[in-house]
Amino acid sequence: MLMNLFAEIDISKLFGLAIRTSIGVQAATFALAAVGLNLHYGYTGLLNFGVVAFMAAGAYGMAIFFTQGWLGGSIILAIASGLTFAVIIALSIGLPSLRLRADYLALTTIAIAEVLRISFRSQRLLDLTGGPFGLPSIEDRNASVSFADVITIDWNPIGKGSYGTWFLEFDEKTLWIMIIGWSLVSLASLLIWGLMRSPWGRVIKAIREDEDAARALGKNVFSYKLQSLIIGGVIASFAGIVRAFDMGFVETQQFRPQTTFFIWTVLILGGAASIWGPIIGSMTFWFIIIFSEELLRQMVDSGWIPEAILESSDIASVRMVLMGIMLAVLMIWRPQGLVGKKEEAQIDVR
Amino acid sequence: MSDNKTSELGNVEPTPGSTKQDPILTIDDVVRSFGGLRAVDVKHLEVQRGTITAFIGPNGAGKTTLFNLITGFDKPDSGKWKFHQLANAKSWTTDLSGLRPHQIANKGMVRTFQLTKSLAKMTVIDNMLLGAAEQKGESLRNALLPSRWRQQEKTILEKAEILLERFKLSHMRDEYAATLSGGQRKLLEMARALMSEPKLILLDEPMAGVNPVLVESLLVHIQNLRDEGVSVLFIEHDMDAIMGISDWIVVLAEGRVIAEGTPSDVSKNPAVIDAYLGSAIAEELKDV
Repeated sequence: MLMNLFAEIDISKLFGLAIRTSIGVQAATFALAAVGLNLHYGYTGLLNFGVVAFMAAGAYGMAIFFTQGWLGGSIILAIASGLTFAVIIALSIGLPSLRLRADYLALTTIAIAEVLRISFRSQRLLDLTGGPFGLPSIEDRNASVSFADVITIDWNPIGKGSYGTWFLEFDEKTLWIMIIGWSLVSLASLLIWGLMRSPWGRVIKAIREDEDAARALGKNVFSYKLQSLIIGGVIASFAGIVRAFDMGFVETQQFRPQTTFFIWTVLILGGAASIWGPIIGSMTFWFIIIFSEELLRQMVDSGWIPEAILESSDIASVRMVLMGIMLAVLMIWRPQGLVGKKEEAQIDVR
Repeated sequence: MSDNKTSELGNVEPTPGSTKQDPILTIDDVVRSFGGLRAVDVKHLEVQRGTITAFIGPNGAGKTTLFNLITGFDKPDSGKWKFHQLANAKSWTTDLSGLRPHQIANKGMVRTFQLTKSLAKMTVIDNMLLGAAEQKGESLRNALLPSRWRQQEKTILEKAEILLERFKLSHMRDEYAATLSGGQRKLLEMARALMSEPKLILLDEPMAGVNPVLVESLLVHIQNLRDEGVSVLFIEHDMDAIMGISDWIVVLAEGRVIAEGTPSDVSKNPAVIDAYLGSAIAEELKDV
């Protein structure tokens, strides 16, 4: 029976697809968002359950500015407006709730993320956000016109063609966005590394451990938490922008709460409060997702798993169940994540 | 017990709200109620500079609440309190009422907590470094430019090593604070507070949960602080410790100051014995 299975499985395709995704743009954007969340949760101890709000702010801020053609519709200014929008979101979450207990921040972040998504979807904002259709408009999309063109065509230094071999073959657009995405991941990680080894980072970690202790030692905790929220938020908004350039459009579907929880999974999987955690976490997350999906698909297609047990339309859900089980097992055996510090995870906080 | 300090306080009337020669902290009409309960209701209180002053009183007397109020961790219903940074200089007086905890700490009045707040997932040395005040590298502007803070970091590090040595924590330097014993955490918290060179240090039950051997060394540390010119205000339940090292004792009951004076004044004060100490401890005090 087992021999039979191996004969049916295309191992090359299985690994090829999984590796392709784990180094792809999706993985880069998730890693980038997780770097932002890592500053929030891993280092500062802020429970941000609205990561996707920052991603949406970045993506929509950029897309609206560009499609409206404000200030000549420069893509650089459009990106800047996306980042500014993320700062505004950070302030509107932080100013009212950072003085309160940690759980209020968690609630506020979930709420703001949903308020943003539903507002962007609403008919009232149709002219601005494209409502449920997103940006750019359907006509533009049918004509293959997008804000991403400036980045992926005009500013693309890579010549037209196909690069790489095996399953790791990418066209010039994808390759360029991958380079941009992973470069941003590296820059953001470097920034966090630099910050966390400074006295600023020491205060940030102290706030995670005990806010009152930091206050008693003369640190303005509120100000530091706000700084952390803004910096992490801007990093996450870059993730939204890169994703928008990759897809060529923005839609509220991309910013459902589940994206927030995927990014939490990425961070916990890789290891919070570590520089490599978000990167390793994201690559592993996508590898597992695609590997299990492809494996199940091949098993169903070859008839090794009877249709009565699993239909191919169910595979997408089953892979998430598998992901959940794996995360639970990891939490039991390796609570610090794949690359987190073991000693830190073993310290009982209270 | 140091005689000079006691003599400074020798002329002071042992009555609630008495005027001190050179107060570092004065509290006026501070009231804090929880529902119908007046947890703190202090009409007037002065804390003499350069002395060890103890707050004592039965559970629920409002000692910790008063600490929380004057350090900004809780807000009073009304009242004012002032911090006199320099000796005998009325001009160097800061109104602390309404300031936030970190602002009060930065004025030179630093507190510790009853339940120690050692930062568990940080090393002992990082705990210490955090304590230093006015660090350039703590601002986001300079954080990414080590050239701007490396020199100061070195100075702070030296200071931290000296304090760790003094508090016998040097061997734990690079361990996580979580690995320290309860008594060592109390020491760490005190040492950390000293990193900012406070003028007044407020210790909330520094001896609670500490083994007797460490209590001895804690008492010595507190007396050394006083001798170096730091004013100490502390809350304690351990009567031997209080009577042994305090220059002045303030007795609180039901939120009010019911007595103050030198240890011998207080132990003879019938109001204290009646209202607070109770007969059993009164017996003990006769032997002291």
